[in-house]
Amino acid sequence: MTTVYVPRDSGALSLGAERVAAAIRAEAVKRNIHIDLVCNGSRGMYWLEPLVEVATDRGRVAYGPVHVRDVVSLFDAGFLQGSSHPLCLGPTDDIPYLKNQERLTFARVGITDPISLDNYLAFEGYRGLRRALEMAPSAIVDEVTTSGLRGRGGAAFPTGIKWRTVLNTASDTKYIVCNADEGDSGTFSDRMIMEGDPFVLIEGMTIAGLAVGATQGYIYLRVEYPHAHRALNEAIEAAYQNGYLGKDILGSGKTFDLEVRLGAGAYVCGEETSLLESLEGKRGLVRFKPPLPAIEGLFGRPTVINNVISLASVPIVLDKGGEYYRDFGMGRSRGTLPIQLAGNINYPGLIEKAFGVTLREILYDYGGGSATGRPIRAVQVGGPLGAYLPESQFDTPLDYEAFSAIWAVLGHGGVVAFDDRVDMAKMARYGMEFCAIESCGKCTPCRIGSTRGVEVIDKIVRGVDRESNLKLLRDLSDTMLNGSLCALGGMTPYPVLSALNHFPEDFGASTAEKAA
Amino acid sequence: MAEHEWDREHVREIIHSNKDKPGALLPILHGIQDALGYVPADSVPLIAEALNLSRAEVHGVISFYHYFRNTPPGKRTVYLCRAESCQAMGSEVLEAHIKQRLDIDYHETTADGGITLEPVYCLGNCACSPSIMIDKEVHGRVTADTFDDLIKNMQVIAK
Repeated sequence: MTTVYVPRDSGALSLGAERVAAAIRAEAVKRNIHIDLVCNGSRGMYWLEPLVEVATDRGRVAYGPVHVRDVVSLFDAGFLQGSSHPLCLGPTDDIPYLKNQERLTFARVGITDPISLDNYLAFEGYRGLRRALEMAPSAIVDEVTTSGLRGRGGAAFPTGIKWRTVLNTASDTKYIVCNADEGDSGTFSDRMIMEGDPFVLIEGMTIAGLAVGATQGYIYLRVEYPHAHRALNEAIEAAYQNGYLGKDILGSGKTFDLEVRLGAGAYVCGEETSLLESLEGKRGLVRFKPPLPAIEGLFGRPTVINNVISLASVPIVLDKGGEYYRDFGMGRSRGTLPIQLAGNINYPGLIEKAFGVTLREILYDYGGGSATGRPIRAVQVGGPLGAYLPESQFDTPLDYEAFSAIWAVLGHGGVVAFDDRVDMAKMARYGMEFCAIESCGKCTPCRIGSTRGVEVIDKIVRGVDRESNLKLLRDLSDTMLNGSLCALGGMTPYPVLSALNHFPEDFGASTAEKAA
Repeated sequence: MAEHEWDREHVREIIHSNKDKPGALLPILHGIQDALGYVPADSVPLIAEALNLSRAEVHGVISFYHYFRNTPPGKRTVYLCRAESCQAMGSEVLEAHIKQRLDIDYHETTADGGITLEPVYCLGNCACSPSIMIDKEVHGRVTADTFDDLIKNMQVIAK
């Protein structure tokens, strides 16, 4: 019986994958052919979605993008044998976009059936947990420290140090919290993992629990991700039924319980202390730090709070060793980064690469330039609080320190391209507007500064007291940068000032001013 | 404001089955909104009493989160992404079209009670921009034409 793969990833579904799967099933019935249709995750090549794959003796062969109207002709051409067809892309693994990646965290995404535990086990799943069960908590933390893994949510704090703090803080109750509130626009790697390989996150959180002595975990998932919610709950259920969660995990006597909690559309709840408040059932107001969540986190207890990708990278670190993971990357940025390429780009998608690849390689070698065929003028890296980069900075390697040297951030690895029709003053204004909409309201620089910021940019664009208002905008940005309680107010100046610094002509600068 | 009918017993059940969870308020609010489409203002005292909170605290939480609403939505809710990737792919043109086509602004419902329009800041479908979500179904690479088709289908369903 031939196995056919049609993704259940929400990106593929948003382009009609479910209808394609139904059409393939119906056509097979009509032709009296038995097929096994597996709903996999996405390979991350979104311009080819819905991407249909067929298992052949030459490996998996890809067809895409497949629409319902193509299904009959695919059967006619013999796609179940991997035959040629105008939509045939050849063996999936030979597609350069995929072939040239280093997929560690995403090793299984798009390959396996996301909610099949058997499939997960067949593809090296739960090997990290089995190893961790034989190790002392401190040795697990050491392994993570050795890997050099830094928080993939954006702050890039060393994961091992965070875990060590929780391990060393005595308490009868500790928590593992997964930050799955992937609110940064232009990012979707958390979603892809949760939809495409939810067990790897569950395994990572279980290992974290063993490492620090926590028995309860929560995944705080944004409500905008209904498909991820379903996949996680199905996988958690399967893990419970097979002894991978709950009491006495794999006969070890260790306990770890896990539950998904939904957010409710507040961007600021991606900030760790605001998230903890929200999990406690309160308004998502940012907390003062210290105390750090590692000391006083959820319900006042020591808490590991990590991003989805950080936790999902732990199983491979435990399975293959911290040194294996550390050997990828450059400088102090070790391992790989799942880069999410989006916006005005020919080949948008998920590119997991070792740190060190340049932005230009991502935009052109992978992305194939803009979708509109016009020059790429600006690129925002790291979500709505990330800086806009001009063409002159495209050779910067993706590395935390290299980005901070040019007053930019890698953040969660989102890359959004804009062509030459973008109005950068409008993007700067949007940055302030977004901050005003999403501010939790606890600190003044963020709450008031963002609204004043919108007004000042409007005045600059209209040419009202331009010089003094530019000075005011910089002054205001300085207050927000240094006076805000968290990164929302504290980093909104990144998109605003980078737009102003690199694209002054959009803010009404004269040619003479630009030359100065 | 006119009082809408809602099933008090059902809401009590939702509160009862969640109230002993740690941090129970958000699960309760989700439960109620999933069941009724909104969190009625006069359900607040029931929630407050069960969780030993003040009504102000419960109201404060409901009003903090963009997703929770205290008025009934239309039969279907369209969430339109306003974030950068979608902007880079022309979401502002789509936004203008949708508002004109439905003759409503954000946070409003069409006169026939059919469709509510809400902004959303990223659906994580940035590689298929511009994106919208209708209830819990995400649609990618949406154009004015495909939006009109979706609306046509929705109107069929609404009948």
